[in-house]
Amino acid sequence: MESLTPNVAAQRAAIHPVSSATPGPPPIRRLPLDDPGTATEVTAPIPSSDGDGAQQSGFTAAKRSVGAPQFSIRRMEIDEVSVSYSNRDAVKRVSLPVRQGEVLSLIGPSGCGKTTLLRSLNRLTELTTSARLSGRILLDDVDITAIEPTLLRRRVTMVFQQPNPFPMSVFDNIAYVLREQGSRRARKKSLEPAVHSALDRAGLLEEVKDNLDHPALKLSGGQQQRLCIARALAAEPEVLLLDEPCSALDPKSTQVIEDLIVKLRDDVAVVIVTHNLQQAYRIADHVAFMYLGDLVEYNSATALFGSPREQRTQDYVSGAFG
Amino acid sequence: MEPVRTPSPQEKPGKPAPPAAPQPSPPSGGGQKGAVEGTATWALSDRIGLAICWTLGLLFCAIAVAIVAYLMVQGIKFLRPEMLWTPAAAGFTEGETGGFSDALFGTMIVAVMGISLALPTGVAIAVWLVEYGRPAPLARITEMTIEAIAGIPSIVLALFGTVIFSSTALGFLSRTTEGVVFGRSFFAASTMLSLVALPLIVASVREGLNSIPRHVREASYAVGKTKAATTRRILLPTCRPQVATGAMLGLGRIIGDTAIIVVLLGATQNFSPVEGARFPFNYLRGAGTTLTNFVYEASPTGNLNQPEKAYAAAFVLLLMVLALNAAVDVVHRRARKVGTWSH
Repeated sequence: MESLTPNVAAQRAAIHPVSSATPGPPPIRRLPLDDPGTATEVTAPIPSSDGDGAQQSGFTAAKRSVGAPQFSIRRMEIDEVSVSYSNRDAVKRVSLPVRQGEVLSLIGPSGCGKTTLLRSLNRLTELTTSARLSGRILLDDVDITAIEPTLLRRRVTMVFQQPNPFPMSVFDNIAYVLREQGSRRARKKSLEPAVHSALDRAGLLEEVKDNLDHPALKLSGGQQQRLCIARALAAEPEVLLLDEPCSALDPKSTQVIEDLIVKLRDDVAVVIVTHNLQQAYRIADHVAFMYLGDLVEYNSATALFGSPREQRTQDYVSGAFG
Repeated sequence: MEPVRTPSPQEKPGKPAPPAAPQPSPPSGGGQKGAVEGTATWALSDRIGLAICWTLGLLFCAIAVAIVAYLMVQGIKFLRPEMLWTPAAAGFTEGETGGFSDALFGTMIVAVMGISLALPTGVAIAVWLVEYGRPAPLARITEMTIEAIAGIPSIVLALFGTVIFSSTALGFLSRTTEGVVFGRSFFAASTMLSLVALPLIVASVREGLNSIPRHVREASYAVGKTKAATTRRILLPTCRPQVATGAMLGLGRIIGDTAIIVVLLGATQNFSPVEGARFPFNYLRGAGTTLTNFVYEASPTGNLNQPEKAYAAAFVLLLMVLALNAAVDVVHRRARKVGTWSH
């Protein structure tokens, strides 16, 4: 896999002047897309014609509507990571890069370790007492075990399978993230801009701006899930983890969220676990296929679905098992 | 052979829908069995089971209605408003013996003191058991202790209480004469009564915490919140209805308990404040009475033998308990407006 060019390292240093060692408000990481100075290290060219390959592998899906990434910056580095639950290996020596500017999708049959891998990225696996992790995970070149978990989880936030807004108003759901731990000191007025911006980035602001005091759990399923995305974005993360975010939603809400995810890839590195191969094909730039804890294949979405290198990938994407 | 429909376990207990309940059947496909299910196809044993459920359900409704109605009639017949603010007194005629104001106040005092001890403790224990619960053996022991307390008859708790509160170290909580600790006071009774309420609160709050899906906690951790912040801002507010339910059930038990009052509160008919102590400690350290004790004493078996007043006091007690039940209902209805997650 490609290594960082000096150019990118310099650029990252510019984005993160204090790096990740010092806590504090995360710097703004919005990158102007059409600025040639920032758009660097375009990944392995993703073929834009995809019809032929798909037929070759037996995988059929709607045409990819997403363009190739404009740029990509390496944010996280998963290095030989294994996770085991009381002697049962869930993830076996997986290495993957996580880049801002593109969507990484983890696919594979149930129980293949993709959710476990995702949860290990923000150390949520540590909440399971029997889980043991080995290997290294780097966030901006800093080992995540060296970062305070609460701080890490603000930089690597997560959205879950079930929409799970907190039982409070829409506004308070976002404000909860912005406030210091349990404190309620920050008043409503001072948080308003940040709450609005988070809702806007999740594409929810237009729908809820008139009744931000509405109980969040009374929103529709799709709106709830976008609220959860807004909540995850409110912490200004560098990486956004999504664990099958659409599996509980109807097709229309799913499409809205898929569009949103693609839009977000320039602001944050997006890692999405999905059961839905078509979904992975539609929105992911890179896809990692996992099977029984092993990383079988990692490639660009078009390559992995079009002309898989491994027989197991071929079988999975053509529907021979799963 | 008719196809025998296997009943699912949920169907037998609870409140089964009336078998012949008139249901709005859709105009088309009304002949489907699923729409209005008759019992004609059920096995005989299932039909008998359903009949028993119905009979028992109605029987208990009838019993409850009978109790409330009888006490209402008797209570309204004998209750005079002045009883609520006249203390009991010695006398030969109905007018001279007064009312039960001291008992009413006594009930309120033990209720407030008991619940303010039991509620924070109960919530804390429940949070610890559900959210922390480590080391596991300690959690198991705590669980068993709570279960044991729930199973101990309150008269036994009362006896144990006299041992504790008669000790010289705790003399400041009750009347002490020449170094002898009386051991009966509002402090002593309320403390032991809080133990009666505690298991109900723990059970209710635990149930509430357990019903919050794991992913909701993780959603809070996943935006960098600590366990403490999550508990304080997400979990406890979410199980507010269960906390309220536990508190109401606990209060009901506290104001309904008689054994601990008789043994640990002194079973006088009036407040007997400790001389020389400052208000309100003079009252709280002294002996007293509650409505339950008054009902017991005023009943034909008691020392006062004024059944009319027993009815009046019992009616007041019943009103208090019914008010608590109504309050639980209100809390739950309000909670339903907030909505909940799919699991």
